Amino acid sequence: MKDNGESFVTEDGRTIGEVMLDLRDITLRFGGVEAIKSISFDIREGEIRAIIGPNGAGKSSMLNVISGFYIPQDGEVWFHGKKRAPLKPYQVARQGIARTFQNIALFEGMTVLDNIMTGRLNYTKSGLLAQAIWKGKAEREETENREKVERVIDFLEIQAIRKTPVGRLPYGLKKRVELARALAAEPKLLLLDEPMAGMNVEEKEDMSRFILDVNDEFGTTIALIEHDMGVVMDLSDRVVVMDYGKKIGDGTPDEVRNNQAVIDAYLGVAHED
Amino acid sequence: MLYREAGDYKTSYTADSQTFPIAFDRYRYWVVLAVSFLVIPFFITDYLVNALFMPFLIYAIAAIGLNILTGYAGQVSLGTGGFMAVGAYACYKLMTAFPDVNILIHVVLAGGITALVGTAFGLPSLRIKGFYLAVATLAAQFFLVWLFNKVAWFYNYSASGQISAPERMVFGVAVTGPNTPAWASYLVCLVFVTISALIARNLTRGALGRQWMATRDMDIAAEIIGVNPLKAKLTAFAVSSFFVGISGALFFAVYLGAVEVGEVFGINKSFLVLFMIIIGGLGSIFGAFAGAAFLVTLPVFLKLIGVDLFGWPTDLVAHLQLVIVGFLIMFFLVKEPHGLAQLWRLAKEKLRLWPFPH
Ligand SMILES: Nc1ncnc2c1ncn2[C@@H]1O[C@H](COP(=O)(O)OP(=O)(O)O)[C@@H](O)[C@H]1O
Ligand SMILES: [Mg+2]
Repeated sequence: MKDNGESFVTEDGRTIGEVMLDLRDITLRFGGVEAIKSISFDIREGEIRAIIGPNGAGKSSMLNVISGFYIPQDGEVWFHGKKRAPLKPYQVARQGIARTFQNIALFEGMTVLDNIMTGRLNYTKSGLLAQAIWKGKAEREETENREKVERVIDFLEIQAIRKTPVGRLPYGLKKRVELARALAAEPKLLLLDEPMAGMNVEEKEDMSRFILDVNDEFGTTIALIEHDMGVVMDLSDRVVVMDYGKKIGDGTPDEVRNNQAVIDAYLGVAHED
Repeated sequence: MLYREAGDYKTSYTADSQTFPIAFDRYRYWVVLAVSFLVIPFFITDYLVNALFMPFLIYAIAAIGLNILTGYAGQVSLGTGGFMAVGAYACYKLMTAFPDVNILIHVVLAGGITALVGTAFGLPSLRIKGFYLAVATLAAQFFLVWLFNKVAWFYNYSASGQISAPERMVFGVAVTGPNTPAWASYLVCLVFVTISALIARNLTRGALGRQWMATRDMDIAAEIIGVNPLKAKLTAFAVSSFFVGISGALFFAVYLGAVEVGEVFGINKSFLVLFMIIIGGLGSIFGAFAGAAFLVTLPVFLKLIGVDLFGWPTDLVAHLQLVIVGFLIMFFLVKEPHGLAQLWRLAKEKLRLWPFPH
């Protein structure tokens, strides 16, 4: 990797921008358990940043810190060059950070379309009265949001299930709808917690392609937790490795692959070449 | 006429998100409206309006209100009776304090006051859910009834402790008081129910409705996509109480004319409206109408069949009614939480594809 002033050029010749999110000495405790032990790393504009590590390493907890679910006992979160005060999850969402969950968190009683439309809630400015009479701004916004959502639906190739209640969908499609909901928010930073867990090879390939396309076409910065090392090596520009709440590696996929501490802790067991 | 979706393509998103996407449904809606406004008023009798139409229309408004809170936003409430009482007493105080203002405005204002009260009682929902919230709203129910009994200011220090509606005119026709013609009280209720249903439908199919449903289905995920849970829950309480307040005001001023709070707006009312939305269908405006229609007509129907036709004793018929309602509640809660509205939808889905289901 060449360090080119503020931005990076990766091995694949991709240019990666300035630091977008900077996590500094984050420590998170649950009672006596230290889930995250003074971890620092950054996420740069336009990159796909993988977070890997064995189960219980603290990866999901890290995403939860970023998205405002957990307030770390120690450490600072810097976003776009500013130190972030402790925020509620919905305030984080309004700053342009969207996410998916390790265990799907869709609205089961709503259709696919309505689920994805909820991703546009931050773009709805019309008030209660305007919405009650469904005229003017309310109607205009609804149409605009619908157009944006239809583009996401086309992009993820889920046109056929638009009006299906989410509860009736198979697992793989639910994961895709959850990604659609996050994309509908047009986030600057997208957090994906094991988007391919439990998928078959074909579904994984589809999902990998979508993630790359999102990054390519919309320039969305992505933080990705994933166990499949093949996928991680293919997709990511840089990788953070966590183990027992500690950071044990950070760098390009190749650097991480050759890092002895990482091999001992994780790759050696999970990854056969 | 054929009930068909095919050949009825949507060329815009506005058309796709309209209330009745299928043309036949739209025609039926206009037919129902036309009959309700232009035909029924000419045939309505005192008996029909008092036994069927007024309770149906007024309960439908209350059921729409409760369905927004419980069916759409997922917040259980057993305080409906209490909030109807707020609407009734607010309307009474306004009618007597400002006798020159149009009664229709008073009814809307009573809804607004109830919205404020409902929002205040909705505050605990930010901390507690489900069963505990139900108990908190139950406390609100008992507190409100107690308050209107205890504080004489609310009933203008009348000796009976009751409130009674003085005569008020709209366009020169009495709509409250003993001289009200059947068609006038019917039309007042019909106007309110129509507007309430339209507003409720618009709110629930738009952004606010999605916030409510998202909060209902998974509050954590709702927050992560940017829903402020405080705002989502309190607007649900406000909008819901607004409709419940309007129904309480109409129940008092237009339907009964005189009210003793414990009798009329007791805990039984809360359960009755809750049963309406369970039987009619949680999370459906149509369900609110279906549930109200069912529970209003059931006792009339049973009396007609049981007492008048078969000559059964009245108390037997009353018990039979309880058994039927109890059974239906269990059936719908276990088998079909979306109630009559869903059964209707399923029937339509079959019809839509008939005769080629595949
Ligand atoms: N809400 C919580 N309460 C208590 N402990 C938690 C909570 N969330 C996570 N943990 C603990 O923190 C550690 C890290 O968990 P997690 O972040 O889910 O790991 P990963 O996503 O890497 O598998 C685990 O030991 C887990 O038990
Ligand atoms: Mg995890």
